[in-house]
Amino acid sequence: MNPAQLVELLAVAKPYIIMALVVAVFPLMAGYIVLLERKVMADMQVRLGPMRVGPHGILQPLADALKLMLKEDIIPARVDKWVFWFAPVIPVLTALTAFAVLPFSESYYVTKLNIGIIFILAMTSIGVLGIMLGGWASNSSYPLLGALRSTAQLVSYEVAMGFAVVSAVMVAGTLSMTEIVLHQQASGVWFIFYQPLGFFIYLVAAMAETNRAPFDMPEAESELVAGFMTEYSGFRWSLYFLAEYANIFVVCSIAVTLFFGGWLRPFAGTAAFNFLDWFPALCAIGVGGGCLMLAGRQSIPGFKIGLGAFGGLIVLIGLVFAIPVVIPYISGPFWFFFKVFCIIYMFMWARFTFPRYRYDQLMALGWRVMIPLGIGNLLVTALLILVHMGGFK
Amino acid sequence: MHMDTASTHASQMHEETFLDSNEIVINMGPQHPSTHGVLRVVLRLDGEKILGSECVIGYLHRGVEKIAENRTYAQFNPYVDRMDYVAAVSNGLGYCEAVEKLMNAVAPPRAQYVRVILTELNRIASHLLWLGTHALDIGALTPLFYCFREREEILKIFENYCGARLTTHAFRIGGLQYETYDGFEKEVKTFCEDFAKKVDEYETLLTGNRIWVGRTTGVGVINADACIQYGVTGPVLRAAGVKWDIRKAQPYCCYPDFDFDIPTAQNGDTFDRYVVRMEEMRQSRRIIMQAVEKIPDGPIMAKIPKVIKPPVGEVYHSIEAPKGELGYLIVSDNSTQPYRVRVRPPSFVNLQALDVMVRGHLVADVVAIIGTIDIVLGEVDR
Repeated sequence: MNPAQLVELLAVAKPYIIMALVVAVFPLMAGYIVLLERKVMADMQVRLGPMRVGPHGILQPLADALKLMLKEDIIPARVDKWVFWFAPVIPVLTALTAFAVLPFSESYYVTKLNIGIIFILAMTSIGVLGIMLGGWASNSSYPLLGALRSTAQLVSYEVAMGFAVVSAVMVAGTLSMTEIVLHQQASGVWFIFYQPLGFFIYLVAAMAETNRAPFDMPEAESELVAGFMTEYSGFRWSLYFLAEYANIFVVCSIAVTLFFGGWLRPFAGTAAFNFLDWFPALCAIGVGGGCLMLAGRQSIPGFKIGLGAFGGLIVLIGLVFAIPVVIPYISGPFWFFFKVFCIIYMFMWARFTFPRYRYDQLMALGWRVMIPLGIGNLLVTALLILVHMGGFK
Repeated sequence: MHMDTASTHASQMHEETFLDSNEIVINMGPQHPSTHGVLRVVLRLDGEKILGSECVIGYLHRGVEKIAENRTYAQFNPYVDRMDYVAAVSNGLGYCEAVEKLMNAVAPPRAQYVRVILTELNRIASHLLWLGTHALDIGALTPLFYCFREREEILKIFENYCGARLTTHAFRIGGLQYETYDGFEKEVKTFCEDFAKKVDEYETLLTGNRIWVGRTTGVGVINADACIQYGVTGPVLRAAGVKWDIRKAQPYCCYPDFDFDIPTAQNGDTFDRYVVRMEEMRQSRRIIMQAVEKIPDGPIMAKIPKVIKPPVGEVYHSIEAPKGELGYLIVSDNSTQPYRVRVRPPSFVNLQALDVMVRGHLVADVVAIIGTIDIVLGEVDR
């Protein structure tokens, strides 16, 4: 096999490799998003969060996953067995399918679909089906109420979200996720500056769409126990959980792609800001250095060695990131994930700060505020594009 | 014939069920995250709208009043802490004062001042627990931890004083068992000085928040007349505009010595009750500051016999507990054990109003309203 053939083979295999990576790695990443969420929550609530499993709780997600998988698989007696069995699979399936069109960088993606954004919206909409079916099949009143709420909520916020997305798409003039980013690269301006209101509407609608507080109606734990998931436990429950976090990742990715220039470095076109290319390396070295510092303070020898090795590894990765040849390859994915996590942090921040909306207030906000705002934003955008025809091209 | 009737009946049943299918009955509790213990509320719903509710209580019934009849007066004292365990000190104060009234004894001034300080600290602790859990029920996760941070300081003071944090058994009939520890005044003062800022901090998280205001305004409205008819007392009554606080209305202990206001509000909704309780914490802080300044020296126990044998008679004594009027009716037959002890627990009486407060609201409001009544099931069920 000569090198040319190998390159060709790699090009063909790339989507499959990325696909396999998403399916294999995302569940782990979801676990770590949960850990991050618990740590952020703890930080905001003057406490430490998980500290027992591994140094500073860094092995907590693995322990949780193991626990969930080993739990007894309970199917209550009077449920609709097949639907109950299948319902949690749907949201995971759709959420992971949506990853197919996410451009992690200019060259890392599964497929370059020319209607990428519509594909994602369609997938997240189908995901609601899993919640509805799960609530219905449970044959119990709390899940039923949770499912009813979520159906109404997701259907109404999808409209507002659609308007926000369409506004950004109109500015870009394309539905392809990759093309949208390339447009931002070409114009040198992230769409957030053209569409601040659009971003706000999108953010609020996305929080509602992913059932996050302050819009976590379907599973409002203080009212409906666990909403549509009340009768679920163990592995099936963790599938819903996984789907929720996968959806959060997907909606945050859309936000980054539409409004924050996707994989682009800040000031991507300006040579004066080229020093930002070193940011990934600095980040990794900083995190690794922090780990090494904390490793010194661990009292348990195993934790000391483990955290030290982990910190050392991260520092090494950081050093690799600093090699100029490597920078073009990692810059895209790094900035993409960095921005996605910034938005995920905003989601968490909102969750720990705000009380929960009531169901009727949520609907009123959706229909009376978000949708009119979305339409208004769309009209103004359309008008501006018409006036400055060619200005965005 | 019999078969016919049965089948007709069955078809009628089916039709009825079909027509009523938009009305569902759900059981909230006794195992529910937001019913503050083992309260069970049966809700009749039309969609999410509440058509009616029924409280089922008694899951935590221990027969405290009956136990009293088999214990001496002093032996029963610790039991009262287990009723409203969130405000154990208040329970103790009510009981000790009731027995003292029965015996015609009066606690010495120093004991009374320490009692006021501890009781008001306990009022703050109780309101903090209410605030944290109430906010948590409405979905604000974070205030709970800030509230617990300050509550911890109060519990530390209790622990230093009497060795217990929750069921304190802080007072004895006739005064106090323990003299205050070194640095008691200083610790209390430090707490009070820091606490003023902390209350403002909670308010920045909630008071102006439009979601919080939206969730609480106009929810669970109960007017003054209804409050009086149901016997509702405490912050719930004051939020409906009735300026009734037993500390002022029927002064006990040494409350007349202190300068404080009774916060009231007008609308009697959940938001007003929130405002009233927040202000009550500030007023309690004011009382404690004054009491610490003026605390007199002297004995901490009145001269009472070793074996308490009150004369034949009955007495009703009530105090303003954090949740409302806490009353004790004690009947004595001149023996060492009470003939009958009857407790008027504020949570139990206030809980009656739940049904009128929740009707017409949504399921989400039920938890807000249970939270705003501020019940402790240990006290409801006794």
